[in-house]
Amino acid sequence: MANLDLTPRLGPDLNFVRKEMAAAERPPIGVGGLTHWLRTNLFATPTDAALSILAILALVWFLPPMFDWLFINAAWTGSDRTACITVAQGGLQPANWSGACWPFIHAKFEQFIYGRYPMEERWRVNLTAALFVLLLVPLLIPRAPYKKLNALLFFVAFPVVAFFLLVGGSLDLSYVETPLWGGLLVTLVLAFVGIVVSLPLGIILAMGRRSKLPVIKLLSVIFIETVRGVPLVTVLFMASVMLPLFLPPGTNFDKLLRALIGVALFETAYLAEVVRGGLQAIPKGQFEGADSLGLSYWQKMRLIILPQALKLVIPGIVNSFISLFKDTSLVYIIGMFDLLGIVRQNFSDTNWASPETPATGLIFAGFVFWIFCFGMSRYSIFMERRLDTSHK
Amino acid sequence: MKKSVFKSVLGVAALAWTATVANAGTLDDVKAKGFLQCGVNTSLAGFSAPNDKGEWSGFDVDYCRAVAAAVFGDATKVKFTPLNAKERFTALQSGEIDLLVRNTTYTISRDTALGLDFAGINYYDGQGFMINAKKLSGINSALQLSGASICVQSGTTTELNLADYFKTNKMEYNPVVFEKLEEVNAAYDAGRCDAYTSDQSQLYAVRLSLANPDDHVVLPEIISKEPFGLGVRQGDSQWADVVRWTHFAMLNAEEFGITQANVEEMKNSANPEIKRLLGSEADTKIGTDLGLTNDWVVRIIKGVGNYGEVFERNLGASSPLKIARGLNAQWTKGGLQYGVPVR
Amino acid sequence: MATQDIAESGRESPGVSFLYDPKIRGIVYQAVVFIAIIGLIYWIVGNTVANLQRANIASGFSFLKGRAGFDVSESLIAYSSDSTYARALLVGVLNTLYVAAIGIVTASIIGFLVGIGRLSRNWLIAKICLVYVEVFRNIPTLLVIFFWYFGVLSVLPEVRESYSLPFSSFLNKRGLFFPDPVWGDKAWLIGVAVLVGLALSVLVSRWARSRQMATGQIFPVYRTAAALIFGLPLLAFILAGFPLSFNYPKLGTFNLAGGSQVRPEFLALFLALSFYTASFIAEVVRAGILGVSKGQTEAASALGLRPGQTMRQVVVPQALRIIIPPLTNQYLNLIKNSSLAIAIGFPDLVAVGGTILNQTGQAIEIVAIWMAIYLGISLATSAFMNWFNGKMALVER
Repeated sequence: MANLDLTPRLGPDLNFVRKEMAAAERPPIGVGGLTHWLRTNLFATPTDAALSILAILALVWFLPPMFDWLFINAAWTGSDRTACITVAQGGLQPANWSGACWPFIHAKFEQFIYGRYPMEERWRVNLTAALFVLLLVPLLIPRAPYKKLNALLFFVAFPVVAFFLLVGGSLDLSYVETPLWGGLLVTLVLAFVGIVVSLPLGIILAMGRRSKLPVIKLLSVIFIETVRGVPLVTVLFMASVMLPLFLPPGTNFDKLLRALIGVALFETAYLAEVVRGGLQAIPKGQFEGADSLGLSYWQKMRLIILPQALKLVIPGIVNSFISLFKDTSLVYIIGMFDLLGIVRQNFSDTNWASPETPATGLIFAGFVFWIFCFGMSRYSIFMERRLDTSHK
Repeated sequence: MKKSVFKSVLGVAALAWTATVANAGTLDDVKAKGFLQCGVNTSLAGFSAPNDKGEWSGFDVDYCRAVAAAVFGDATKVKFTPLNAKERFTALQSGEIDLLVRNTTYTISRDTALGLDFAGINYYDGQGFMINAKKLSGINSALQLSGASICVQSGTTTELNLADYFKTNKMEYNPVVFEKLEEVNAAYDAGRCDAYTSDQSQLYAVRLSLANPDDHVVLPEIISKEPFGLGVRQGDSQWADVVRWTHFAMLNAEEFGITQANVEEMKNSANPEIKRLLGSEADTKIGTDLGLTNDWVVRIIKGVGNYGEVFERNLGASSPLKIARGLNAQWTKGGLQYGVPVR
Repeated sequence: MATQDIAESGRESPGVSFLYDPKIRGIVYQAVVFIAIIGLIYWIVGNTVANLQRANIASGFSFLKGRAGFDVSESLIAYSSDSTYARALLVGVLNTLYVAAIGIVTASIIGFLVGIGRLSRNWLIAKICLVYVEVFRNIPTLLVIFFWYFGVLSVLPEVRESYSLPFSSFLNKRGLFFPDPVWGDKAWLIGVAVLVGLALSVLVSRWARSRQMATGQIFPVYRTAAALIFGLPLLAFILAGFPLSFNYPKLGTFNLAGGSQVRPEFLALFLALSFYTASFIAEVVRAGILGVSKGQTEAASALGLRPGQTMRQVVVPQALRIIIPPLTNQYLNLIKNSSLAIAIGFPDLVAVGGTILNQTGQAIEIVAIWMAIYLGISLATSAFMNWFNGKMALVER
């Protein structure tokens, strides 16, 4: 390019035409290969080089001890705390030992999953989980057929079935009271019920906020902004301490239900904002088109606007479900034992108390949460890309 | 009675199967629903703690069972609601539970302002301090704790007593305050504080859960009176009577040497006081006047045993806690537990 | 909306019952909802009053004047167990604001660094930043807080084996101890010097800008300002005869006495909030920078700006417009997440309020106070960020 530009400027009298072919240049050194990769990716400039060296030093300082603690030094077998404390403390490990206490997780694993759900009834939890996966997987695969039926089963039929399975008390199933529930079961129940209840409510509230009816709009705005402006902890406290006061004297209901109400109210406000984003993204022409066809408000929303808006905000809904999933851990503060709560509670088990137990338990809980949330966020990104291309 | 209005208002109220209305008579309500709903501590070794299968055991738990036995003749007809310090009074006020046996200190403000009544004192406790004797070898009195960091659970009378004690003794301290017992234990065990203050019974229980229980000692000072009351809703004297006399019956049974093992033979005892207590006296109306059956004491003792048995099993020498009877000995042995006569 | 008007006029044909008139329908709907809400509130209030009467709880805020009776571990204002409940709550509010404010500053710094790091050409740095973001974004805040607390506690040594840090500071299980500055007589001169330095810097920068506008000559504003702001106080410090001494922490029976202390609870909460929120801010920043079109950077280099200048003068001001709204949300989240302090015993608003709730049983009042204060803080933060956003917004000519 540069040569071409130069030619006219040099003028006609300085015209230059090369007579012979230029000798081939030597190939560049190491395009590809490790050296080239290192040079372009780690040591491109002096600053880069310094940063890379610092980062490598930090990794060397940080990773091997962590690996040691997690795997090499860790205790893997044992039936009580002696496996995880030093000889001086009355255990089996040498002095100055430090490592993860995996036997603790192994011994408590079932409790972390089911809480205190009666042993002989745990098949009910497993069956519910199997149903859940069976219905969820085809729903997540965009190409799987029967989406409508599937969604209906998942969001309407499944909760009913799951309720009767988990709670029991009818159909020859013994009644399992919710204080016995715990662990991952409670985490998933809270998150799932939270989303199933809050999605329709959130849609209604979002429509309310976009409505032209002033009273409805005002009420929606007040609810959404109040709930979004306060921390979940205070909403949960309200649900657990104040809800009983709001109901007729002597009425009494389940503690898990209270937490569910708190979580669902909170999530409703956030979902309403997500859905509102979708509603706002629908061009005005769509509304006008629907009106010109003579559709009523509800027909317009149900047939024209919401299908488009909801499709747009699927990633947003998944993201807010991720936050909901993480936030369920706060029910520990109002005295319920979700996954994190039950892990924390077991730190004070006399059989397993050791200096390494808390760190091990927290890493386990963190890992479980991470798997779920990371999986969901990957899915959200996948959906985002898919939806993106379909609009181009 | 099901509350249908409530159900229809909350669409999700399907979970609210426990919706009941506790009107004036808790005893009638309990009889009608067929079990006793009892509020206990979420987890406190010796007083109330669930095992892996969710079966509760402990001193407070046995008190719940005793009342269930008195009402139903079956000590298993009781359901437990684990409560933290914050929820316990609301749970009782709202009718969620019928009885609160959750190491709750009996004080005038709780008796008058919080809408509950105390039907008796099942355990006399006092607040003390625990330290790591290995690390702080020179300390043998709480009066040497000036400048220490002290772990304490928030929202308890313990926290208030601690402030008062250091103030009156003109000492300084750093409070390290947590909401939950597990948090306090973990922080103390991790060396966040020099001392741990709580009711002495609780200190003994906590000590067991520490990494090295033998390193820790409970200092001799008792800085407060902590009588643990049996809480019932205010204004229901019939129910309060049932709970109160269950407690006294257990004390009297111990005094007369009536145990779980010998209660059947004791029914035929020649001692008129024992016969009266066990309801085997002719034409007795003691039990029916209480709203129970006349063999109510037999039911209690068969269900859980007398006071001494319950104490030994959960807190005393045959438990890991090994707490001495101390103030909780019978009045005949220098303690404060005094069974008011059943006659 | 105009759309509705068309629909309305279309329906207003004779012979159609007024039941189908959208206007009347709208009013009816609203009235029904309004009456339902009022009915619900009436029902709730009635029940609550009955419940409170039954429980014999006095309602109202007069309990705030009572003596608190409990001590608080950390307070920015004078507080003792003799203070009132109201003052205890104030201590809590200030602690919340304090931890949230410095959390926001640190989270923003880490977040911007990591967000830029993710876009770095340096493969290692980009990957480290990616791992950081993916780890922290996908675990619950509460877990991060526990982790910092127990992590901090289990790694740090006992008091007697404290790590010694520079400047006579110590680090152990009880926190970070550092010397307290004790200012001498003429120390006020230094404060004055700082103010004078600031004022002069502002004047210099204005003059420099007008000169650049007029003549195109560039004046080294930053260096001059730095010299003024740091040099003047230093000069004042020397002239006043070094009016500064330190109160060093010394080992007492139990703890280090003297100096200042940062407690582990605060440290854990602060670090957890900063690192957790930073992972979200990093994503916001990354999206913002990617949102500035590449043509802008290319045009800047074509004009001969250096990479640093390009970043500062071209990319960041445009990226900020994309960044600020989601950044505001993250700040609000951080403030709300600071309420998790209750789990590790840092006396913030929720923790102190919880203690009072427990002592007095005034559940409704305490929850109302919590909500009102958090709402107030949230609204104030949004208002400020909206103002800032307005200042940053594109001024179209």
